[in-house]
Amino acid sequence: MASIKPAGEFNTAYEQDMRFLRNPRMIILAIIAIAVTYYLPNLSPGYLGPTLNLLAYTIIALQGLNILTGLCGQISLGQAAFMLVGAYASALLMIHINWPIWLTIPAAGLVAGGVGLIFGLPSLRVKGFYLTMATLAAQFIIPWLTRNIAPEYLGGTSGSIEVPVPVIFGVALNDPVKFFYLSFTVLIITTILTNNVTRTKLGRAFVSIRDNDLAAELLGVNLFSYKLRAFFIAAALAGVAGALKAHYQRGVGTEFGYGLGESIILLGMLVIGGLGTRLGPFFGAVTLILLEDVAIEMGARLAEIFPDQSAQLLTSFRPIFFGAVLILFLIFEPRGLAHRWNLIKAAWRLRPFAR
Amino acid sequence: MNWILVPQQFMTGILNGGTLALIALGIVLIYKSSEVFNFAHGHMVMLGAFLVWFFAGGTSQEASGMPFALPFGVAVVAAITVAVLVGLAIERFTLRPMTGQPLLAIILVTLGLAQLLEGTTTLLFGTQPKGFPSPIDSSSVITIEVPPINGQSIVFLDRIILKQVLVVTFIVAIIAAVIFILFFRFTRAGLRMRATSENHELARSVGIKVPRVFGMSWAIAGIIATIGGILLAMVSGVSINLATVALVAFPAILLGGLESFGGAILGGLIVGLVAEMVKASTVIQVRNSAEIAPYVLILIVLIIRPEGLFGRKRIERV
Repeated sequence: MASIKPAGEFNTAYEQDMRFLRNPRMIILAIIAIAVTYYLPNLSPGYLGPTLNLLAYTIIALQGLNILTGLCGQISLGQAAFMLVGAYASALLMIHINWPIWLTIPAAGLVAGGVGLIFGLPSLRVKGFYLTMATLAAQFIIPWLTRNIAPEYLGGTSGSIEVPVPVIFGVALNDPVKFFYLSFTVLIITTILTNNVTRTKLGRAFVSIRDNDLAAELLGVNLFSYKLRAFFIAAALAGVAGALKAHYQRGVGTEFGYGLGESIILLGMLVIGGLGTRLGPFFGAVTLILLEDVAIEMGARLAEIFPDQSAQLLTSFRPIFFGAVLILFLIFEPRGLAHRWNLIKAAWRLRPFAR
Repeated sequence: MNWILVPQQFMTGILNGGTLALIALGIVLIYKSSEVFNFAHGHMVMLGAFLVWFFAGGTSQEASGMPFALPFGVAVVAAITVAVLVGLAIERFTLRPMTGQPLLAIILVTLGLAQLLEGTTTLLFGTQPKGFPSPIDSSSVITIEVPPINGQSIVFLDRIILKQVLVVTFIVAIIAAVIFILFFRFTRAGLRMRATSENHELARSVGIKVPRVFGMSWAIAGIIATIGGILLAMVSGVSINLATVALVAFPAILLGGLESFGGAILGGLIVGLVAEMVKASTVIQVRNSAEIAPYVLILIVLIIRPEGLFGRKRIERV
């Protein structure tokens, strides 16, 4: 490697050190990887198209949850409800004010973030399990509100409205392949943003709150303000994810999957991927979404063999697999796949001296 | 407020609250002994109801093809036996390896358990809601005449109609709760469990086998959950939704205070009451809010008095 120097010559500046870590080769590889990912849904529009879109918005929601739960240590059971807020916000802005998609998505984030602030307010007085209950309350109250208030806008008791196809540069994103250009672009932006959060003062403050809130306060971290910021970021990213989900599914409402179950699955993905790590959301979402596909496929195969029990075979493997995998991970690999990935990377770097 | 309905809703609410109180007791029991917030308790309740339905061979209409057709009482005993085994297995295989893990891990394990139980129940018993082989006819009612005040009845409806099944479930729930509290207070096993809930290390040092106490509390929680499931199912039939219904027990225990059995019972009654009283409102949105009223209530409780009515004031305000 070009960066290995003869003995006696040392790096004398930070930039020289960083050049070792971020060389042009890596930047080129990253660009190629991004380009390949943009092209990926074209390979099999029937499967990869929908799956990659699902992955993209799930990962965005997970990145938000990762900041709140993984970095700041506040357990949230309401992430799916905040997605619902963002989904409605984006849909309504597009339907009634005709805002373009590149405005409605950030707006959805802001609206959902604001709602997240409201439900983060109890964090002034309570923590741990009590705060979890406040987010659980959000998970029940928000979907109820969408069904019971402003029926002319939110769809009323039946609880769903149609969402228009987003148009960007005159191109209607009306199939999964085209939509992925949008969702993947948003994912890249949120990845950069969340990585910056972890690297800056904000992220350090979150971690200090998670590790010991009393010590953090003594160090000058304003707990209430920072916890609210974590809630805002988590809910805002959930709102962005919800906006993408709504435009992708072209409908929004409580029956489109914004329930407590989804919130639990998001938490589970985060743990399986690795709490508080940058790669965690990616690993967790990919693992569990693949697992869900396996469960559905397995249920469908078994339903062909036992047609009498087809209804229960089709629905039951998903929760069983999810529950079992989550419990196994918590017992045997509580630091998640990201930790395992780092171990493998370290082993590869030390090869052949260590396994 | 639609005052005519108030006495009726008040009574119904209290009666519904009885079952909730019993379910809440199970969660408090687990929390007190092992500091685990059992989010799977609602699913244990649901499983209990399904087990009784299964052992009793379903209702008479759907009896064909069921492997068991035990009398109701025997079916209850069989279901409780299975529920105890399930409780013991849960403690032994999932929560004991998690001892000492942070709160998030514990909560997630019970959430994972909840999903596992839901999936397994669906796989074994199907997705369709079932009729419950209730020993009491759900259509029979008890009518209480309210004597008019000063010879004229203006404000309230002149009678309260109570479903017989609700009255029975309330009585059973209260009896079960009282038996449970007596057990906790006056038996040696109960003493051991109280000692463990005070301090694990001290309990160990006086010769109490703490893991065994954990196992026992999960077994008892299984019993309580099954009884709660039977009572819920007698009112509303057997379905996966029972787990969501039982989730309302969480607001109840927060309201009552996490460490207090009396608080759990009172919290259950209050939550049941609030959920029914909103139905007496004249505003349609408020009337529809029965399902979320408990959660609105806990948001208020969390902001005003986070330790609940009888909980220990241990929350650090940081």
